[in-house]
Amino acid sequence: MVVTASTGLILQRNFLAYRRVWWIFATGFLEPVFYLFSIGVGVGALISGFEVGGREIPYAEFVAPGMLAASAMNGAVLDSTFNFFFKLKYSKLFDQMLATPLTTTDIARGELAWSLLRGGVYSLGFLLVMLAMGLVSSWWAVLVLPATLLIGLAFGAVAMALTTYMRSWQDFELVTLSTLPMFLFSATFFPVTTYPGVLRWVVEATPLYRGVVLCRELTTGVVTWDSAVSVVYLVAMGLAGLLVARRRLDSLLLT
Amino acid sequence: MSNPAPSNPSASNPSAGSAPTSTLRGALRLVDYWATVYRRTWRGSIVSSFITPLLYVLAMGVLLGGFVEADPATLEGATSYLAFVVPGLVAATSMTTVVGEVTYPVMAMVKWNKTYFSMTATPLGVREIALAHLGFVAFRVAVTAAVFLAVTAPFGVYESAPGVLGAFVVQVLLGMAFAVPLYAFAAGLRDETAFSLVFRLGMIPMFLFSGAFFPVANLDAPLEALARATPLWHGVDLTRMLVLGVPDWSMVAVHVAYLLALVVVGWWWAVRRLARRMQQ
Repeated sequence: MVVTASTGLILQRNFLAYRRVWWIFATGFLEPVFYLFSIGVGVGALISGFEVGGREIPYAEFVAPGMLAASAMNGAVLDSTFNFFFKLKYSKLFDQMLATPLTTTDIARGELAWSLLRGGVYSLGFLLVMLAMGLVSSWWAVLVLPATLLIGLAFGAVAMALTTYMRSWQDFELVTLSTLPMFLFSATFFPVTTYPGVLRWVVEATPLYRGVVLCRELTTGVVTWDSAVSVVYLVAMGLAGLLVARRRLDSLLLT
Repeated sequence: MSNPAPSNPSASNPSAGSAPTSTLRGALRLVDYWATVYRRTWRGSIVSSFITPLLYVLAMGVLLGGFVEADPATLEGATSYLAFVVPGLVAATSMTTVVGEVTYPVMAMVKWNKTYFSMTATPLGVREIALAHLGFVAFRVAVTAAVFLAVTAPFGVYESAPGVLGAFVVQVLLGMAFAVPLYAFAAGLRDETAFSLVFRLGMIPMFLFSGAFFPVANLDAPLEALARATPLWHGVDLTRMLVLGVPDWSMVAVHVAYLLALVVVGWWWAVRRLARRMQQ
């Protein structure tokens, strides 16, 4: 079957499945906005602001792109772990799909496409909130949407690959154990310069940090060649995840 | 439902030879059940009720707090942002711990594993079952609060030792003020998707806006009034006053009365709703 047609079918299936619980879809958008208002505005009132690219910016402007990148990560990981695991192990949805002309590659690609579409809608909404609050100061910001899709692709693909190794719901504690520290410490809430030497390198090597600085560089207009490092990093991570996910699905579902 | 349920589930079945003589005695017969459950699941709760809040203390309190110009006048009497946010996180953790315990697990007992139906097939009724389950939740929040208070003590933000003890008791009260009404809600629920709303429109906004991270006085007037009406704000304010050693006793009385009222009304509702559900 043609790639676009098979992906389209899986997208349509997910759309139908969510139509009756549209509010689950809709309220997913609120979480990063709540964080922006609480931490950015509420806690931000207690903080004078940070310097980005030689310019002092208010705390809300600093933290907003961080929330955007983190929510792209969280959304993609949530979809590719809990929802994917349920479909794989409990509802046996993929076994049913494979009884049709769809292949495991179609499934991996289709599910990821759905998760990206969903994440993209949330990111666009969040970006509009940022715009309305005056937290965007550069035209580079139009590239934030593709940047969040890239973050979603990288995390979604790797999370999907790892989920194929999970045995039970207990293993999902490991998901929280890896995403929460990134959410809190990857320069989302405060600059990476807060950390001393080696610790700073560790933070700079995390994928969420790459996503956060990329989004921040775009919304504040401080784009340099370093931004390309983040892009290459996230693309490589996404491709590696997709490759492993496809091979694992082959061995799990086609035996 | 084919499972046998007593016609009046709130009363013990008198025909059984070993019927318990009171609700408490009946609930105590379920202690070994809950002890077995806990022995098998406590490891999973370490991340959510212990590591998560500790990471928040480090990120928000220590690191972000380093950038906050602390003034006790704007931080409700706290001398640093760390001292302000730690009691807030203690109270917020008490909330998130119990919300996790009385949503999906209750749905599992009623709908998925139907454990409650097998329990009502014994001389135990819904009062005993609800009391035992909520007793377990109280135990969970007590353990979480005790460990959290002990681990954050070396940060040097607690000003009053009796205040910390009082704060421990407050955590159990606050936890039950959330647990009992939410238990009632979950016990009668047919479809678990409503829990997503409880988390996204109830728990997360309260976590973020009920005074744990910043003083509610910084909110616009209508939002401030809304924040002050939430049970979490009462718990946060109570916890913060106690550990900072600056209790305003009339406010303490208001907070305690509010939280107690939630427990009492919640209990009445829980017994009613569970009894109705078990008869279907």
